[in-house]
Amino acid sequence: MLSVTSSPEGKLKAPRSRMTDTNLLTAITIVVFIAMYLYAYFVLQEGFVKPQTMLNLISTNAYLIILACGMSLVMITGGIDISVGGVTALVSMSCAVYLDMHGGNVYVAMLLAVGIGLAFGIVQGFLVAYLKIQPFIVTLAGMFFARGLITIIHTNPFNVENKDFVELKDTRITLPDFLGSTTRRGRFIPATIEIGVVVALAIVVILFVVLKWTKLGRNFYAVGGNRQSALMLGINTQRTTFISHVICSLLAGIGGFVYFMHVGSGSPSHATGAEMNAIASAIIGGTMLTGGVGNIIGTLFGVLSLSLIQSIVSSVGLDQAWWTGITIAAMLCIFLVVQSIIIARRKKANMKAANVKVPKPKEAAS
Amino acid sequence: MPSKNKAVPPKTPLWARITKHQIIIPIAALLALALFNLIADPSFFRIELKENSAGNMILSGNLISIIDSGSELAILALGMTLVTAASGGQDISVGAAIAISGSVMLRVLCGNNSHPTSLQAPIIVALLVACLVSMAFGAFNGALVAFFKIQPMVATLILFTAGRSIAAWINNNELPIVSDETFSYFGNNIPGIPIPTPFLIAIVCFIVTWLFMKFTNISLYVQSVGVNEKTSRLNGLNPEFIKLMTYVLLGLCVAIAAFIKVSRISTINYSVVAKDIEMDAILAVALGGNALSGGKFSMSASVLGAYVIQFLTTTLYKFEVKATALPAYKAVVVIALVVLSAPTVREKLSQLSKKFRKKAPAAKAA
Repeated sequence: MLSVTSSPEGKLKAPRSRMTDTNLLTAITIVVFIAMYLYAYFVLQEGFVKPQTMLNLISTNAYLIILACGMSLVMITGGIDISVGGVTALVSMSCAVYLDMHGGNVYVAMLLAVGIGLAFGIVQGFLVAYLKIQPFIVTLAGMFFARGLITIIHTNPFNVENKDFVELKDTRITLPDFLGSTTRRGRFIPATIEIGVVVALAIVVILFVVLKWTKLGRNFYAVGGNRQSALMLGINTQRTTFISHVICSLLAGIGGFVYFMHVGSGSPSHATGAEMNAIASAIIGGTMLTGGVGNIIGTLFGVLSLSLIQSIVSSVGLDQAWWTGITIAAMLCIFLVVQSIIIARRKKANMKAANVKVPKPKEAAS
Repeated sequence: MPSKNKAVPPKTPLWARITKHQIIIPIAALLALALFNLIADPSFFRIELKENSAGNMILSGNLISIIDSGSELAILALGMTLVTAASGGQDISVGAAIAISGSVMLRVLCGNNSHPTSLQAPIIVALLVACLVSMAFGAFNGALVAFFKIQPMVATLILFTAGRSIAAWINNNELPIVSDETFSYFGNNIPGIPIPTPFLIAIVCFIVTWLFMKFTNISLYVQSVGVNEKTSRLNGLNPEFIKLMTYVLLGLCVAIAAFIKVSRISTINYSVVAKDIEMDAILAVALGGNALSGGKFSMSASVLGAYVIQFLTTTLYKFEVKATALPAYKAVVVIALVVLSAPTVREKLSQLSKKFRKKAPAAKAA
């Protein structure tokens, strides 16, 4: 089992370097992100000098942050959920239809979003955890189902003109003055973010706390790291897997509403590839598909790096559509290779350490 | 029904042996679908000999269209089964790889001019070049999986994100059109032969694969690597090489599938060609009863699974389901199949039927 972050037992482990795998991978991501931002700030300049550019980037990708958080949770538990993109699109389409064609209430629409997410989560979680069907197959079917359902609900893309919703959509939160900028004419423009960003950050904080300091959070790591051992420790592995899927789909529902607030329309082609972007950001953030390793803060920076590199690529002048895809893939490739090399080296080092002094620490640990 | 069959193994061992065989799942699904069609509309099975637009006699009918358009999927299922068995994961980049190798093929056939009046190179050369490129990409995926120990789905995520962009890049985002008639034979009909060519190509592929499996130890090696990598290493196998090889073979399958796909319409659309085919190919493997976590496999079951999926698609089209809504129905059917074949559900069902059998005699006695 790959090591879990600073657990109380950490003190008993062999005295090796202080950083765990999770923290190291997260640190790499954060360093890369800062380096990219500095590059954009000092070399490219243009819009990157204004904090608002970065804030816009976060506003656009707030939904992706939420999706990627849920994805990390499932990946830490050792599963995968590729239905999140479909659920996002389904939520935005059904909310759009409800608000526009049935004169619905915004708050009921929010409940609808959460409800759709929960429904997907409960069904998928049950199939994965209790019937022991491969998560990939179940969530693949979930994605197909969601995507198909969208076109059954409504075929054509359309904008929502519900008054309350448009008001909510255009609400911006003003940040403190020092982040604002002045135009050439000397007019001051305060920096603003969308409501979605606040929701996303709140979810990041909550999940971080849950994963780090609650019993449930530690169970996720234990189940993902080694299901057999977790079972022997008395953890209800089935329920843990179930909960992880429910939370992931619930977050997909919330993320769907945040996405809906950003785009303000319903369309069958919304959020295509969002699931792959979410998986990619979780991986760049240091979560591993094998389970047991991962960090929500890393995921946050994974999303930010992914979106930053996209805008850097397009501002460098490589603005043909294909460059974005190629750069993301190259970045993913580099991160994966670096991760695998680091993990392999660590394993070797651990084995050596364990071979040199077997008896004392092991006995204490058991 | 698995429940009935499972309950009576001591009396009819032959029947029990049949039901335990892996291939029973796709056959049962196929029979169920056929029965459904027979009841709903018997004319579904009508096959006619018609004249096509070029004046050649060809067979037409729903069954013919199933074996025709299911060919690419069946060919992909061959390679996907090997990859799944050896590495315990799936290649999700096959759709993108089809776009790449189709693009390479057109580039070779058309040269720099996107609408040439004659072919710039013989078709066989284009096919060989496409095979080589596709196998190189397969080797890239395989190397990531085998040597860097990255989970297959994540490793192929790289090509999944980049593939269609690379395909557009190869042809400078133009859509070359092949005007040569012989090129279109491979995706449609050779004059004088009423059976669609893709099906013939698929059959040749099965026979070659079958002979390959029959006269080499590959199948055994692949299974042993999939079941236990360490043990097979101790037995003198080279797991890395075998994994790499399965990915290269999948690359070959991809190139042949791309050849058919491109030949069908004599051109290519990068963003649409073979869309979602990776999902269908994985479903074909799963429907064939192969464990998606690797190990034992059955090629024929996967191929049958591929045709079951195509059968389902054609049936749904017959009932005038919109092409975009198709995934939703597919998902429901897939979930139903997977749930019925899940081991836990089977156990429950057989327990239930046992209870009934016990109760029945008791009631009679009373």
